[in-house]
Amino acid sequence: MNDMSPDSYTTADGRTIGGKIMEVKNITLRFGGVVAIKDISFDIREGEIRAIIGPNGAGKSSMLNVINGFYHPQEGEILFRGEKRGPMKPYQIAQQGIARTFQNIALFKGMSTLDNIMTGRFTHMKAPVWKQAIWRGEAEREEIENREVVEKIIDFLEIQAIRKTPVGRLPYGLQKRVELGRALAAEPKLLLLDEPMAGMNVEEKEDMSRFILDVNDEFGTTIALIEHDMGVVMDISDRVVVLDYGKKIGDGTPDEVRANPEVIDAYLGVSHD
Amino acid sequence: MDESDLVGVRDTFPKLMALNAQRFGDQSAYRVKEYGIWQSWTWSEAHSDMRAMAIGLMSLGLEMDDHVAVIGTNRPELYIMMSAISAAGGVPVPIYQDGVAEEIAYVLDHCSAKFVICDDQEQVDKVLDIQDRLPDLRQIVYRDPRGLRKYTQDDLHSLDSVLKLGRDEAASLGAALDVAINARGIDDTCVMLYTSGTTGRPKGVVLSNRNIIVTAKNSAEFDDLVQTDSVLAYLPMAWVGDFIFSMGQAQWTGFCVCCPEAAHTMQTDLREVGPSYFFAPPRFFEGLLTNVMIRMEDASKWKQKLFHKYMAVAKEVGPRLLDGESVSTSQRLSYAIGNVLVYGPLKNTLGMSKVRVGYTAGEAIGPEIFDFYRSLGINLKQLYGQTEASVFITQQPDGQVRADTVGVPSPEVELKIAENGEVFYRSPGTFVRYYKNEESTADTKDAEGWVATGDAGFIEKESGHLRIIDRAKDVGQMADGSLFAPKYVENKLKFFPNILEAVVFGNGRDYCTAFLNIDLGSVGNWAERNNIAYASYQELAQHPQVQETLQKHVEEVNLSVAEDEMLAGCQIHRFLILHKQLDADDGELTRTQKVRRRIIEERYGDLITALYDGSATVFADTEVTYEDGRKGRVKGMLDIRDAKTVPVRTKQVAAE
Repeated sequence: MNDMSPDSYTTADGRTIGGKIMEVKNITLRFGGVVAIKDISFDIREGEIRAIIGPNGAGKSSMLNVINGFYHPQEGEILFRGEKRGPMKPYQIAQQGIARTFQNIALFKGMSTLDNIMTGRFTHMKAPVWKQAIWRGEAEREEIENREVVEKIIDFLEIQAIRKTPVGRLPYGLQKRVELGRALAAEPKLLLLDEPMAGMNVEEKEDMSRFILDVNDEFGTTIALIEHDMGVVMDISDRVVVLDYGKKIGDGTPDEVRANPEVIDAYLGVSHD
Repeated sequence: MDESDLVGVRDTFPKLMALNAQRFGDQSAYRVKEYGIWQSWTWSEAHSDMRAMAIGLMSLGLEMDDHVAVIGTNRPELYIMMSAISAAGGVPVPIYQDGVAEEIAYVLDHCSAKFVICDDQEQVDKVLDIQDRLPDLRQIVYRDPRGLRKYTQDDLHSLDSVLKLGRDEAASLGAALDVAINARGIDDTCVMLYTSGTTGRPKGVVLSNRNIIVTAKNSAEFDDLVQTDSVLAYLPMAWVGDFIFSMGQAQWTGFCVCCPEAAHTMQTDLREVGPSYFFAPPRFFEGLLTNVMIRMEDASKWKQKLFHKYMAVAKEVGPRLLDGESVSTSQRLSYAIGNVLVYGPLKNTLGMSKVRVGYTAGEAIGPEIFDFYRSLGINLKQLYGQTEASVFITQQPDGQVRADTVGVPSPEVELKIAENGEVFYRSPGTFVRYYKNEESTADTKDAEGWVATGDAGFIEKESGHLRIIDRAKDVGQMADGSLFAPKYVENKLKFFPNILEAVVFGNGRDYCTAFLNIDLGSVGNWAERNNIAYASYQELAQHPQVQETLQKHVEEVNLSVAEDEMLAGCQIHRFLILHKQLDADDGELTRTQKVRRRIIEERYGDLITALYDGSATVFADTEVTYEDGRKGRVKGMLDIRDAKTVPVRTKQVAAE
């Protein structure tokens, strides 16, 4: 169990970051002849906010889908909490404690905010279907427990006013918040956020940044996020991985990454000859 | 007056709290919605929490006469805390929670607060920000621990820890608390409230237990408030009205105070609570009516027809029924049918099914708006008051309700009108003094206890009702000597749903001009239904069709202003629509949303010049403050439009 080596570190704001919760080793992902990700390794540590950034087509979303178990890489391995992970279905990965949000919001538009977030409790609903049909007893108890967790999330995200509103009627920024709520409802160990700020205005971005930091702080959830907005990433992340054309070109604290010449080239553009 | 039934038993909040725990021990005193469920405190629980909080505060070093600031939204814990502060011998000073750090710093420093009770992290952060400028500040207590776990300051305590401390020390300090409670009586300070400061710095109004409790008693008796009533506490705790309703009257009669889940859930909570006693500023009733009308326009044809048919019936019959006048049987029948089909469901949606007594005050309310609610059978009335009077100066008794008056003097209140038209009053609720401000105290309150309201008005001969025209100091003269009463015209303008705010100029000038603010809700909805695209508030405000509509409104107002001979000179000749909403964060409005004329005149001097120099457009460039304190600028060209006016002839006749 070398991978759980205790080389933990302390962040600038005094949080202690633990050992590796996830390790990605030499991953290569191909779609036919196209190499989406090429020999990438990095780790995510317990309690940190880890960002994956890169220009368009750099392989960020593919990377997230690999972590999420949606894509199966041809080469390399993934260790979650020190154990090697075989090919798994997404729902099995969810059961392991990994939850995610999507770049294009994937909510049930006709359902209320409350119901949408309740679906996030799916992995915590143990009562078999027949007991749920009878309702009294176990299923009811479970529902009450789940509702309590969901209500705490609603309170946390300050969306009490839209509790009963169908999600389809909400503005974009709020839908994103509901989606975050649904991911949180699973009480994940590791939360994956796919471009949480995409398409948001400044105020919405500020709100979302605050919620991400609060989730990390209050629940101690480890967060891995993909984001386009460099300003936001540099402000809220502890460490950043930079991808370009499916390769890793930088990895470190925001300051280190910012000073890395290769990263500057990738973002400002130099001729690739 | 006879105070024998108060003294010693019911003359302070801690004593009332103890009495209520005896009288109504298992009845709900406070409710708040949390995690989607209404949680409640019975009077006994509230009393026990109050004692624990008070002992906790004493253990933390609170001494007699210390000022304790309370900053936060309406929460049962904070209401109980205010009683606890009194119990421990301190004086609660509720502060507007949306004030920026700078405003809060002024108040905390001015009252030399020893303790600050904050609702949440937002407030704690503000106080910590300014802490080094507050040498008297000793302890900070917060209610909601969210986000505060990592704060390590020694002088920062959670409310839970204060409660625990209080319960642990109950044995040793309980007797001391009893002594402190009994040491206070009817002449001691009950609370200090800061006025919102329409002009200059806010002033600390010191109100005694007599002021608050006698006023609460009188007003509760005026409207027959009883223990089974309930009220939704959603207006700022720092506002005197909330203090009288949610502290004074609630503790006097023992009714239940319900607090909304969050500021923006107020509407839903109102419906769930269904209060029987309700207060809201005209702005609220206006917004609600606009909403109803917008939603009716989206309803099916049949429903619209039903709505309009029965609203016509209601308009004719409803107010008369409320006033107890005679109504024919057939009209009673149609009203009853309307009640089943329209009014009942509508009142339910509005959360006003159970409202027995409703008040509006603070500004004039549009007659149409006022009549709408009364025709539904909601007993909406007007009152006139101010912080210095512990709210009540005049109010409308049941059966004598009109849109254009503010009612008869409240119980035990005397009124007089000075020669210049200014209204003076004297009552048991009259404030003790302005804190650390002898000069203002003397200016406002004379040796005999008469207080100048600063409002000009007159008493109607036939009905004995008071009518308010304007702020006395805003009433001026135009260049030709005719009367200038800006608020009178502004109110008429604001009665249009499309106009949120209006500021009229003209003092010492040849003619009147105005700034207008569109109401984004109402104009935005109109734009949506007419497929008019706009990218910003600014763009919508300057849209030619919007300008056209507002021009029509202005011209209608001119017509109605011209009818009154005295005020015919106040017709609006030129106006412009502002590129930004007037905002309290920019200092343009008070925290209670009243226009601050001087500041607007300063900030927009160039725009006013343009209104008078005949130009057709003007370039505006204004600094704005965002909610988080950052600043930005809003720029753009504004059109200035000329409005039709009605010629005034009377002036020459009078001059001869």
